[in-house]
Amino acid sequence: MESNKNFVVGVFDDEDVLLHAVEKIRDKGVKIHEVFTPYPIHGLDDALGYRRSRLPKAAFLFGLTGTSLALFTQIWMLGFDWPMIIGGKNFASLPPFIPVTFEFTVLLSAFGMVGTFFIASDMKPYKWPRQFDIRSTDDKHIMAIDLATNKFSKEELKSILKDSGAQEVNDKNF
Amino acid sequence: MQVSSTLRETLITGGKTVHDVSHDISKQVEGKPTRSWWMAFGFSLALLGVGFYSLCYLLWTGVGAWGLNKTVGWAWDITNFVWWVGIGHAGTLISAILLLFRQKWRMSINRAAEAMTIFAVICAATFPFAHMGRLWLGFYWAFPLPNAFGSLWANFNSPLLWDVFAISTYFSVSLVFWYMGLIPDFAVIRDRAITMGDKTRATIYNALSFGWDGAARTWSRYESVALILAGLSTPLVLSVHTIVSMDFATSIIPGWHTTIFPPYFVAGAIFSGFAMVLTLLIITRKLFKLEDYITIYHIELMNIIIIITGSIVGVAYITELFIAWYGRVPGEMYAFWNRALGPYWWAYASMMTCNVISPQLFWFKKIRTSIVATFVLSIIVNIGMWFERFVIIVTSLHRDYLPSSWTMFYPTIYDVGEYIFTFGFFFTAFLLFAKFFPVVNMAEIKSILKSSSEKKH
Repeated sequence: MESNKNFVVGVFDDEDVLLHAVEKIRDKGVKIHEVFTPYPIHGLDDALGYRRSRLPKAAFLFGLTGTSLALFTQIWMLGFDWPMIIGGKNFASLPPFIPVTFEFTVLLSAFGMVGTFFIASDMKPYKWPRQFDIRSTDDKHIMAIDLATNKFSKEELKSILKDSGAQEVNDKNF
Repeated sequence: MQVSSTLRETLITGGKTVHDVSHDISKQVEGKPTRSWWMAFGFSLALLGVGFYSLCYLLWTGVGAWGLNKTVGWAWDITNFVWWVGIGHAGTLISAILLLFRQKWRMSINRAAEAMTIFAVICAATFPFAHMGRLWLGFYWAFPLPNAFGSLWANFNSPLLWDVFAISTYFSVSLVFWYMGLIPDFAVIRDRAITMGDKTRATIYNALSFGWDGAARTWSRYESVALILAGLSTPLVLSVHTIVSMDFATSIIPGWHTTIFPPYFVAGAIFSGFAMVLTLLIITRKLFKLEDYITIYHIELMNIIIIITGSIVGVAYITELFIAWYGRVPGEMYAFWNRALGPYWWAYASMMTCNVISPQLFWFKKIRTSIVATFVLSIIVNIGMWFERFVIIVTSLHRDYLPSSWTMFYPTIYDVGEYIFTFGFFFTAFLLFAKFFPVVNMAEIKSILKSSSEKKH
């Protein structure tokens, strides 16, 4: 589908140089395709102008589902479907149902959120990522700029990358 | 010019570069296992084998193979169960609570501690399963599934059922948390394998990493997942031992019927968990030469947590005694008199010595920064914590309400055998983990390298 895409790839050594470079390059009106880093860099998502993730909202909704499902199930089973006299207590009293409700809330919330993360990031065991530079999981920060989405020429982009502190500038075609 | 901060403690020594971190940690996975690893692995497998025989005999014969009797219906099984679950707590405390408190020193130890949590919880779970006798029916008894009795559901008023939900949720959420942390590090090993031309390893680790790409967008999502998982795990870990303690506290047996149990059990769990983390990490850092990542400073900080939680546990023991006296309930007064001075006085004395007195030695800086002393004391603490559970469980039961039912508990070799089984499983699993998975969280260590590592001069 995406055959013959041409990228200019800048390789950075230092996270602070990278952060300034991202700001400088975006100020010039260059569209950055993506930045690949070996570890999370504080403030990089803001510098790239990414929206805050909506995963916390997903986690909350999954949690809410867990709470209501657990409460409903327990009250229905012990209160209505087959009431049992246990120590003369009410059939459907709330306090003994709280522990299971809490655990189920956490369970659904955690699994739901992590599942959503995998789907949102399109991660699966049999998928190979598109790698711009294999060193990006080791010690290099990689900035990829798509030539097709930018009005600058390849040479202009390369000099912009060099000026903003890139150690190496390479071509990458897919 | 290099300036090193006088305010920030050095967490990583040896003047490591980012590439050194990838190399030092990944090479354990890439190389052939060392002789000492094989020796440790062989020993663990032997334990596992002996234990497995014992477990098979137990399942074939029935729970009667244990030393339980009519009066003491719970003894080693539940003691070991609570002991293992408690050990697991340190992993989640390190990875979740210390993450919320932004404690960077957790980064060198969280991976191994979380692995320990997962294996410890599996060990714990074997005891209630074995105690069910017919464990293949366990799912029907433990979970509210439609069954042959029509619609007779599991009893949600029972703390034992709360325990099923607490432990299984704790296990699965810890597993997910641990695995999420491993994903970027699996990708490091994959990319190193690609560079070395090892296709098989690259494919396996790519599958394990779910095709991780390290994009800023993925990292941003990943960070929010980690934060929320930490937020969820924090109340979860506190709830688990609270619910375990309710197995006892909601009963009316003198010695168990006390409201202090939840906080007291949670503190004891963290206490024993940190001791086990220290035992394991002192061996691991030596075996895999991780002295630059797990430094004396890390060991010292963990020892400080041991002093704090050990002291909380000590206060809880004394409070129990005080309340038993102050409450003037004859049953309670007798239970505690019997605990300290009855036929199991030696268990009570071991518990007091190991848990209350020995951790106080860590007030001396020389002792808490000594590896040998820490290693010995960490084992003593875990012996003490085993005795704590034994004391609570057996001394409260063995003097029943009627003196004609009074008895003692004597373990059989099958009680011992199943305990050995869990040790065999625990060490075998941990050694396999240490061989095939990166034992230190590389991505997190790399992120603090600039601020908290020793610089090369």
